[in-house]
Amino acid sequence: MARKSDTVSLFINDVPVKIHRGASIMEAAHKAKVDIPHLCNHRHLTPTGACRLCVVELEGEGPGRPLIAACARPAESGMRVLTHTDRAVAARRLVLELLLSDHPGDCLTCEQSGHCKLQDLAYEYQVADSRFRGRRNRYPIDTANPFIVRDFEKCVKCYRCAQACQELQFCEVIDYMGRGFDTMVTSALNRPLPETECVQCGRCVSVCPVGALTEKPSRYRGRSKDLKKTVTTCPYCGVGCAIVLETDGQHIVRVTSREDSPVNKGDLCVKGRFGYGFVNSPDRLITPLIRKDGELVPASWNEAIAAVAAGLKRTKQEYGADAIGFLSSSKCTNEENYLMQKFARAGVGTNNIDNCARL
Amino acid sequence: MPKNVPNTQKLNTRTDLNALRNRLQTAYDPNKTRVRVCMTGCRASGADAVSAALAKEIARLPAAERKNIEVVETGCHGFCAQAPVIEIDPVSIFYGQVKPADVPEIVQKTILNKKPINRLAYKDPATGQPITQAAEVPFYKAQERSVLRNLGRVDPRSLDAYIRTGGYAAAARALIRLTPNGIINELEASGLRGRGGAGFPTFLKWRLARKERSKPKYLICNGDEGDPGAFMDRGVMEGDPHAVIEGMIIAGFAIGASEGYIYVRAEYPIAVEHLTLAIDQARKYGLLGQNILGSGFDFDITVKEGAGAFVCGEETALIASLEGKRGTPRPRPPYPAVAGLWGQPTCINNVETLANVPVIIGRGADVYNDMGSGTSRGTKVFSLAGKLNNTGLVEVPMGITLRELIFDLGGGIIDGKEFKAVQMGGPSGGCIPAEFLDLSVTYDTLSKVGAIMGSGGVIVLDETACMVDIARYFLAFSAAESCGKCTPCRVGTTRMLEILERIAGGNGKIEDIDLLIETAAVVRDTSLCGLGQNAPNPVLSTIRYFRDEYVAHIEHKKCPHGICKRRPANREANRG
Repeated sequence: MARKSDTVSLFINDVPVKIHRGASIMEAAHKAKVDIPHLCNHRHLTPTGACRLCVVELEGEGPGRPLIAACARPAESGMRVLTHTDRAVAARRLVLELLLSDHPGDCLTCEQSGHCKLQDLAYEYQVADSRFRGRRNRYPIDTANPFIVRDFEKCVKCYRCAQACQELQFCEVIDYMGRGFDTMVTSALNRPLPETECVQCGRCVSVCPVGALTEKPSRYRGRSKDLKKTVTTCPYCGVGCAIVLETDGQHIVRVTSREDSPVNKGDLCVKGRFGYGFVNSPDRLITPLIRKDGELVPASWNEAIAAVAAGLKRTKQEYGADAIGFLSSSKCTNEENYLMQKFARAGVGTNNIDNCARL
Repeated sequence: MPKNVPNTQKLNTRTDLNALRNRLQTAYDPNKTRVRVCMTGCRASGADAVSAALAKEIARLPAAERKNIEVVETGCHGFCAQAPVIEIDPVSIFYGQVKPADVPEIVQKTILNKKPINRLAYKDPATGQPITQAAEVPFYKAQERSVLRNLGRVDPRSLDAYIRTGGYAAAARALIRLTPNGIINELEASGLRGRGGAGFPTFLKWRLARKERSKPKYLICNGDEGDPGAFMDRGVMEGDPHAVIEGMIIAGFAIGASEGYIYVRAEYPIAVEHLTLAIDQARKYGLLGQNILGSGFDFDITVKEGAGAFVCGEETALIASLEGKRGTPRPRPPYPAVAGLWGQPTCINNVETLANVPVIIGRGADVYNDMGSGTSRGTKVFSLAGKLNNTGLVEVPMGITLRELIFDLGGGIIDGKEFKAVQMGGPSGGCIPAEFLDLSVTYDTLSKVGAIMGSGGVIVLDETACMVDIARYFLAFSAAESCGKCTPCRVGTTRMLEILERIAGGNGKIEDIDLLIETAAVVRDTSLCGLGQNAPNPVLSTIRYFRDEYVAHIEHKKCPHGICKRRPANREANRG
């Protein structure tokens, strides 16, 4: 068999595009700078074709054939894809109407407002209201765990959260439950998350395109759209995950991550995503403390360093250098850690040096 | 059941099979009196009691007479309206609606004295005259039974009976005399298209699977028949399980698969029992397993029971279910022929399709291709249900007209009422009105009038039917069976159902009809799988042909037939 070429050439709205074999129509469109709307597709997840907003037409396929989900269909050479035909746009508008017909219209108080893909698409496609009147799924909001608020009424069943849980975190805590209109995406038997294998990493929250999954510690403390975003590195361990601090000028309101960060590709652990409370904690130490007569007393840095130096000298003289061990923190930089071991080995004369990177 | 020739010996070659068939045929006395009792579908009407009464009554006869009489418990005879049915050989007498109390008279008059009992015979609806001969009953006369050849004739639990009537000869021919490509070419010449609903050419599916190089490959028999009122595959799996296995052996050899699965509804316990037994028998005879009939081909089959989801009839959902996952469809391509079960090349065929294969390989592609019309060749099994006199299972050549199907075989409408419409293809199909009664039934003609061939469910409606109610019934089924994965099917079918319920309840507005049509078009255009894409068909076809009934509900604020009011909203429609 002749070796297949590694690339395919196709047309997106008459613009020629070359892309690697196996790429989807949506990826090809992205390359052609054409935005195809979607809720379920995500760069790190297997396409499911669930939301049906990315439907496009293939030139030459008659109206008798269903539309094509651009996220799930591999691009093929010779395809002529039309992304915004009347038929495709009308279909998207009606699918949006269907989604909005089972969605609470509480954008005024929704955490995700301004950062919500459903809201953005309703705006883009000018779907202000739904003509469908009928029953709506009603569920209580689940706040039974410390970090994640689950508001199932807002869920658009894009399935990203379950996929993230299964494909990125390998925890397999959430999946579809029920059938048809009553389908929900939740933990097995709809149990509260603390009763499951959930590790509260919050990856599900990070991929939710709407307000169904939000960070509990951030509730009513500021919407993403209004916050300053600072890209930095997670201070917790040696992995060095990139994080984004969302701040309101005074406090960290939320920690997120970027899907394109080279180290962690959007993944974070429970500490990185939710463990920032110490930053503004009133219990946080702001000066060194020295124990005097059994009491911890605030001291200056000079006093503190002098006390440590005296203690080290005394111990070394009395018991030898190997009576001393050094433990450095993975919150420190590599350079700081290097200096610590240098100090232990060359300064004090011991190899007893370790780091807390094994979280 | 007493076996004529006990055989525990493994068949190592095609010659062994031929020799066994000869021995079985020699030992078979065609003049022996055999009472064939349907013990599958007719069980629902009390066939168990009839069979027990026959055994008891025959046991009381003197030994000399007794040894010339045999009760054969068979699969479905097809004529369900007459259940429980029996046929008596060699006099070929057919009795319907037999009760245990009739048995002593049957034994005395018909079995011992070869005399018909007119009271139990089928009555010609036109003349009222009794027809005692099975072959003369119009319901059977117009049929062309090739897939159903053994149904009602032999004991489905007996492999010897299957072999005696020519069973496994086609598999032997395929494995020893033909090449895989030769088989696929014969399939192409036969013109067989998939009997599960979509009508994809079977040879093409096999050729695509054959072309794949990755091993292992799998063959799946789709026995998840789920349309309300459809029982074609059930009939075949219960009444002739070896025909399915033989078809699978040939298919497996053709595509290069060594493992087969039969995915069958758990709601079909007799089918599961008979298939499991048949596989076990086939293994003992060496017809499944290593080096079948000395051909060097290895093949075995596993039966897997479904968990009650209609959507698992869709091939990708079926594969997910087989893998132990939630049965939801995934986007295609890749098609199962490329990446199916466990990501390996997989061919999925419907039960009836596979049961056709031994017929084609056994009798030749030409004989098969001679039947039919246009691009629809061979025969098709239909289950006739609804307001017909003769409900049941029939097999007819493709291209038969609806009028023949409904009035000749089906015996016309109950109580002489007017025919109104026929629903073809179940919840994925559409309603066809009287003006198309002379339409010949093929894949193409049916889809032109807004229905589909589907798996072969035929539901006949009379003048008293309310078409809004019919649309509502089928849509309620689809909405309840939606897997919930994609938006248009999950939300769209429910919203359409709510509009229909409003109209049915007298609260509809005239613009609701347009909203229904608009929504239907998008649900059809954007749904992920066939369930959603076809779910609007009953609504669209009834609006197309019976729009006046929708308008009447809206204008008069009630159901003109008085049906919709009586029937409460049926959101949780049960499966058939």
